[in-house]
Amino acid sequence: MYKSFLIKYGEIAIKGKNRYLFEDALVSQINYSLKSVDGEFKVRKVQGRIYVDTLSEYDYDEVIEALSHVFGIVGICPVVLVEDEGFEKLVEDVLTYMDSVYPDKNITFKVNARRARKNYPMDSMEINAKLGERILETFPEIRVDVHKPDVLLCVEIREKINIYSTEIPGPGGMPVGTNGKGMLLLSGGIDSPVAGYMIAKRGVAIDATYFHAPPYTSERAKQKVVDLAKIVSKYAGPINLHVVNFTDIQLYIYEQCPHEELTIIMRRYMMKIAEHFAKENNCLGLITGESIGQVASQTMQSLAATNAVCTLPVYRPLIGFDKNEIIEISEKIDAYETSIQPFEDCCTIFVAKHPVTKPNLKVIEKSETKLSEKIDELMKTAIETTEVIRVTAEE
Amino acid sequence: MEAYLDNSATTKCSERAKNLMVQILTEDYGNPSSLHNMGAKAEEYIKDAKKKIAKTLKAEEKEIVFTSGGTESNNLAILGSVEANKRAGNHIITTAIEHASVEQPMKHLEEMGYEVTYLPVDEYGILRMDALEAALREDTILVSIMHVNNEMGAIQPIEEAAKLIHAKSPKALIHVDAIQSYGKMLIHPKKLGIDLLSVSGHKIHGPKGVGFLYIKDKTKIKPIVYGGGQQKGMRSGTENVPAIAGLGEAAAEMYEKLTKNTEHLYALKEHFIAEVTQIEGVTVNGKIGKDVAPHIVSISVEDVRSEVLLHSLEEKGVYISAGSACSSNKPAVSRTLTAIGLKKNLLESTVRFSFCAENTMEEIDYTIACMKEIIPFRRKFTRK
Repeated sequence: MYKSFLIKYGEIAIKGKNRYLFEDALVSQINYSLKSVDGEFKVRKVQGRIYVDTLSEYDYDEVIEALSHVFGIVGICPVVLVEDEGFEKLVEDVLTYMDSVYPDKNITFKVNARRARKNYPMDSMEINAKLGERILETFPEIRVDVHKPDVLLCVEIREKINIYSTEIPGPGGMPVGTNGKGMLLLSGGIDSPVAGYMIAKRGVAIDATYFHAPPYTSERAKQKVVDLAKIVSKYAGPINLHVVNFTDIQLYIYEQCPHEELTIIMRRYMMKIAEHFAKENNCLGLITGESIGQVASQTMQSLAATNAVCTLPVYRPLIGFDKNEIIEISEKIDAYETSIQPFEDCCTIFVAKHPVTKPNLKVIEKSETKLSEKIDELMKTAIETTEVIRVTAEE
Repeated sequence: MEAYLDNSATTKCSERAKNLMVQILTEDYGNPSSLHNMGAKAEEYIKDAKKKIAKTLKAEEKEIVFTSGGTESNNLAILGSVEANKRAGNHIITTAIEHASVEQPMKHLEEMGYEVTYLPVDEYGILRMDALEAALREDTILVSIMHVNNEMGAIQPIEEAAKLIHAKSPKALIHVDAIQSYGKMLIHPKKLGIDLLSVSGHKIHGPKGVGFLYIKDKTKIKPIVYGGGQQKGMRSGTENVPAIAGLGEAAAEMYEKLTKNTEHLYALKEHFIAEVTQIEGVTVNGKIGKDVAPHIVSISVEDVRSEVLLHSLEEKGVYISAGSACSSNKPAVSRTLTAIGLKKNLLESTVRFSFCAENTMEEIDYTIACMKEIIPFRRKFTRK
């Protein structure tokens, strides 16, 4: 019965003169998200409100699912829009609405009218009272409860009259694209997709860099990362995934540097390469899934050693999270099942049995001088041979 | 150059099988149960496939039941025969090196309350006859032994085992998983003295999604799929006519060329083994020579992990398998390789090459050349 959805948004309403930018970003993200839903939709911006009109048959659950991926939305209200053809007609429409939405009348309700169009002949108090009365007359079992009603029936007098009583919570946050872009270091694990999701929630668009190491990692491991990027892109919009062949750099470090420092040195070079692509693509920072102390390369000392190679800020949205908290979000965004597929990961293939946990930056930098002969050339090749895959949520 | 050396995982469909299938998919697509002549024609294809297959086994046409593949054949053989013979006893025997499609139904039967004995094998992956003799009991109702092991190519002494089983456990039915041997070796169930034999289509250049179970006439067995009563009720469901016809054609072709193919395969294999063992730290698992199936070689490569060798060869267009293909997508340790007592460090460094008649000496030489390059290089980089 619903032909439209009223989109409620939160934080963006307070953004003053930039408001239209935020609204436009929201409209564009809604359009993006609806592309993966069967049917035709039109997204309209009217008087500080956003409506999604359905222009064809559609699946209600699919639309709600798609909209609930759009950051910036606080609430999704399936709404009935009717023309203003006098109060009697409105009463009729409201009664029809109540009858079809609530076939079981053993409920309590309250009318919450709002007169946004001030030339309407009745004020909101009057509308509340009259509509309430007619509903009670028509459906004898129904009762009024002004404090805790089962149904809060909203009737808003605007250009058209909006009738709705359901609000499905949206994901909150801010529309993607309103806060610049970041470069996500995406592995095949659980953490990095969650980190991407969390940063995107704050309105940041995302590009990603993945390091693969054939023949130590397989084509399937790479496909898994593409699949994860696809999941993140449901929320974050299209992602340009940079697939860097890291094998030669990794083997060179293996040959030249102390084995227990391998992971930390490797991660420093990953950061450098990711930063290169970040700058090339106008990203304002790097994003990682690191969390303090989770593994040897994520101790405070290790993070500091990794961080030292970056000039851009590194955002680590999971820094204070426990693994189980990260898994919870991973499951919520449907990434977990993909993340736990058992494929090799280029960080673990050569990992030392006892890697350094408290690296000293000076020592690490000294070890890296052993790479001076070939590393620039290898980095250059890795960057030049990087494959860029554009990943979107659409099939 | 490319070399597909993973023919025990699956094979390329033969031209003859493909052409026949296309004809049936696009022209003669009737349902064999239909009363009109389109149905009759479809039925003819099935009869024809049965005839071709029966001939290869020296069996009767009515002894062939088509299934969806090797897994279903094994399930039907095990679950169907145990269900039909449960009053005769509670004991089942199998080996420690069976494919998952035998092992898992056995695990299920254990949960149902049956007693299952898993027989050990020797260092060559061959069933120990003394262990079989000790395990056989009056109340043994089923013995399931694979013919050729999928990971090593070890050939089990089926005929000898069958004699022993008949003598000591007269009530027991004998099932043989012949998925890796059918089409590559002569198998005559009556001569071997066995009751049930499983075969898969796509291992012999036929299509995927089809197989058959040989069921000796008058064997007591119940279906595991119920429905419209096709195939005399033993396997309901509209027959997969194109696939069945493709399987029949592929089977006929394999046996027409058997002598020539076998000779070629052993030549390929001998050459491969002679060359590969020259590489330092490479060993062949199991026996060498004609006591092993002609098409499978398992090798262990010290200090090179199997996936790394696999993907390194893949980069050069050579396709092989890490351990057993069906378990290679999950990091599970191979039961067969554990059962032969392979050293732990070699378990993760074992790969399988499996040939088909289309492979050439040049492909083998190319593969060896690749390995000579890859192995010493990759060995420099190990986890420390």
